[in-house]
Amino acid sequence: MFDRRLLQNFEWRLLALCFTLGVLGLIALYSAVSAGSPAPQTALFYKQLVWFGIGAVLMILAFALNYKILDKLANFIYVGCIAMLGAVLVMGKYAGGSRRWLLLGPVSVQPSELIKLVLIIVLARYYSKLTKTNGYTLRELIFPAFAVLLPCALIVKQPDLGTAMLLILIAGSVTLFVKIERRSFWILISGATVLAPLVWFFLKGYQKQRILTFLDPDRDPLGAGYHIIQSKIAIGSGMLTGKGFQHGTQNVLSFLPEHHTDFIFSVFAEEWGFAGSVVLLAGFMILIIWGLSIAYRCRDPFGVILSFGITAMIFWQAFINMGMVMGLMPVVGVPLPLISYGGSSVVTNMISIGLLMNISMRRYMFDS
Amino acid sequence: MSSYLKSVDTDWYKQRLSGAMLWAMAGFFLLFTRFFYLQIIEGEEFKRLSENNCIRLQTIDPPRGLIFDAKGRLLVDNRPSFDLGIVARDARFLEQTLAKLAEYIQESPEALMEKIRSSKGVPSHKPVILKSDIDRDLLAVVEVHKFELPGVEVIVRPVRNYAFGSNAVHLIGYVGQINAAELKTERYAGYNPGDLIGKCGVESVYERFLRGKAGGRQIEVNATGRVVRVLKTLNARSGHNVYLSIDQNLQEKAESLLAGQAGAVVAMDPRNGRILALTSSPSFDPNSFVTGMSRADWETLVSDANHPLENKAIQGEYPPASTFKIITAMAGLEEGVITEHTKIFCNGVYRLGNRDFRCWKKGGHGWMSVVDALAESCDVFFYEVGQRLGVDRIARYAKACGLGAKTEIGLEHEGAGLIPTSEWKKQRYGVGWQRGETLSVAIGQGFNLTTPLQMLTVAAAVANDGQLVKPYVVDAVEAGDGTRVYEAAEHSAGRMPASENTLAIIQKGLWKVVNGNRGTARIARIEGIHVSGKTGTAQVVSRKGSDSFRKIETRKHLKSHAWFITYAPSENPVIAVSVIVEHGEHGSSAAAPIARDVVAAYLGKNQPVDDAALDNEVR
Repeated sequence: MFDRRLLQNFEWRLLALCFTLGVLGLIALYSAVSAGSPAPQTALFYKQLVWFGIGAVLMILAFALNYKILDKLANFIYVGCIAMLGAVLVMGKYAGGSRRWLLLGPVSVQPSELIKLVLIIVLARYYSKLTKTNGYTLRELIFPAFAVLLPCALIVKQPDLGTAMLLILIAGSVTLFVKIERRSFWILISGATVLAPLVWFFLKGYQKQRILTFLDPDRDPLGAGYHIIQSKIAIGSGMLTGKGFQHGTQNVLSFLPEHHTDFIFSVFAEEWGFAGSVVLLAGFMILIIWGLSIAYRCRDPFGVILSFGITAMIFWQAFINMGMVMGLMPVVGVPLPLISYGGSSVVTNMISIGLLMNISMRRYMFDS
Repeated sequence: MSSYLKSVDTDWYKQRLSGAMLWAMAGFFLLFTRFFYLQIIEGEEFKRLSENNCIRLQTIDPPRGLIFDAKGRLLVDNRPSFDLGIVARDARFLEQTLAKLAEYIQESPEALMEKIRSSKGVPSHKPVILKSDIDRDLLAVVEVHKFELPGVEVIVRPVRNYAFGSNAVHLIGYVGQINAAELKTERYAGYNPGDLIGKCGVESVYERFLRGKAGGRQIEVNATGRVVRVLKTLNARSGHNVYLSIDQNLQEKAESLLAGQAGAVVAMDPRNGRILALTSSPSFDPNSFVTGMSRADWETLVSDANHPLENKAIQGEYPPASTFKIITAMAGLEEGVITEHTKIFCNGVYRLGNRDFRCWKKGGHGWMSVVDALAESCDVFFYEVGQRLGVDRIARYAKACGLGAKTEIGLEHEGAGLIPTSEWKKQRYGVGWQRGETLSVAIGQGFNLTTPLQMLTVAAAVANDGQLVKPYVVDAVEAGDGTRVYEAAEHSAGRMPASENTLAIIQKGLWKVVNGNRGTARIARIEGIHVSGKTGTAQVVSRKGSDSFRKIETRKHLKSHAWFITYAPSENPVIAVSVIVEHGEHGSSAAAPIARDVVAAYLGKNQPVDDAALDNEVR
């Protein structure tokens, strides 16, 4: 099955970009976990290195096999992933106020990371089987709505509001991309505007509080609100050129919460300043442009929608994460792809990029 | 217009992709402008704020909820504690500041330095506590010299104050710092190292009500750590107040009666399960946990042979001894192996195979009916009943009366006790049940184990015409504004497996224990009230050998435990009491008077019948 054209079309530059982002992430992580804090957690750095290794192997797998087999396997993978999400609620590992991890032997995986990609595959399969130019009607959207709301419900239970919202954003982007029929679109919009206050009415007090704090961190001056202030100070104080590797002060004093996961970008921006931030931002921008151009060149609807979905996923994660640490967005647990600490996130994103390569490599091949 | 195409033209997708590209670029532009704003335009200001880590968070501890008795008397409240702390990074220079401070508070600078060194986990912007709970004189000294002592601060925090000291400590519990293991559990999500939590008793069980919600301040500080301005404040919400079911006066009475002995006293309203008093002796002062206990004090507390930390009322598992005869009698009557009129002759010895099982009364009791056998606690009568029943039928009745299982009183570490069956023995020891063991079980010895609280519920249920109740210790929980957030509800725990007739016979027997001419607890009579009860004397000696009823009472720790369970007034009971005195020897002499005085105090009768020239051969 290995064709010379595959090698010719291999996305070396995309691989190089992915590698560069990974290295930038490791630099930031090293600083976040080691610098000056009373109890360095350098073990996390090495763990992340191992995850990158695992991610690389899976990435090779993700571009070596023809992506079209995913079309056939989509439903199985989806059911398996939903089962894992269910298992998390029953026997997941509890840490830091929520239940997100499933212990599989020595490793703990976060099925809510994997489901992001799995959902895209399922949607791509559904929409590519039923292609239309004038958009999907409400009835045709019932299946996609169900496919996204089921994992959302399970993830909200953990509780992890951020990841659930992200799933809706990704599914929404994909659906808007394949187009919703005009009348159905307006029915959906007006339905949502009517329903939202009704749902609000039925929510319990603490649930309302959680959503309000989510939208406005200032309501929680001791938690999210404080984290945002510290994060803004960290980023802003980096100024043009930054304070230098391992010279960040906010990080050192553990002012920043989650400074190796969700808030790692603050550490990076403090140490490398505006210059570093722009480099990282440009990296993500090129990645997004690349992803979209792969979709642009692909001629198979499944491939187009899959590559668009993956690109949308990376975009939303990067946008929400950076927006959050700069105080533009609600504080949610969304990792920065390839930069934040977290095995499941790294692996999911590397497989996703592997799939992008896969689609790009096979763009001239028609086997069915 | 609607058209299903086999494959959408790729140009159509290209057009949609171009649109998506525009949106993405808009997003990146937004992020770019935000970077520019934060790092270039506002950079200087953020740099200044980061220089000294100016923006800090101060937590405001919520005052913990108060604890009252049933009549609204305040048992536990909070008082301010002034702690002397230092923020190492603000104390420029640390050595000089410490030297000055050491002089003012008369401590060695080395000792203070050591405290800072040993506080590795504390971030350098958070104060290290140098001395907690300082007195007002010291406070004044520090406040006066505040400006020579950069980084030094006095932290005021509310600490627990147990107004009555060791009073009801096993019920109320105490607070202590959360430990690393507790922090990891789901139960303590949202807690931080150093937080105080209820460590046992009501303080622990009602933690989520008592704790309240911490508040805090976002503050900006200057280079010496002094607050320049308060940016935001979130007030703390104080914890909810807990109203216990106990009556402080009765509690104090029970404690004074038990003073100097090891044991437990529990009193309950038999009609609904409200615990009126619960004491375990010896006890300890929970206030010593608040200010921090020295290692030596802690060692003495845990190594004390009388286990002051243990709540003997609910954790202590003892053979129920003769108090168990209530169950044997019930089983015998219900199963029809005896009737009210069945007479069994006691000559002081019961012979089974080639072994002799003795009655406590050497000469024997003569012809006994079940009522007399209860009143005089005849062993031979119950050996015979036990022999007719077999162990498993006895066990069935015991378990149906709530023995062998926790009462679910709502306190931690409650013991379940043990009710043996032949199957249990087979599994546990791999050998079959011996007939002789049934005899021991029938009189509450052998493998039987019960807690004082369990036997209290048995007494209460007999008083209650067979209705079992679930005991509880908290009447209500109220928020600061008076709204009730929790209210105790009565829980039926089922019925004793006994007919009215059977219960009437048992009640008559228990009445005669106190009021009969040869009753074992005539000492428990109270002027003007009829009291019913049952004595018990639990053998401590392990009885592996065949003839195990030899009295070995020369050494204190081999003396028997004394039991008495009672309810009053007999006709219309409003209080039930269970007493155990460890190594008190006889239920009649050691435990019954305590129970009598608790009942008398509760019913407002302070005159026990004083013709206590009672025969002393009772047990």
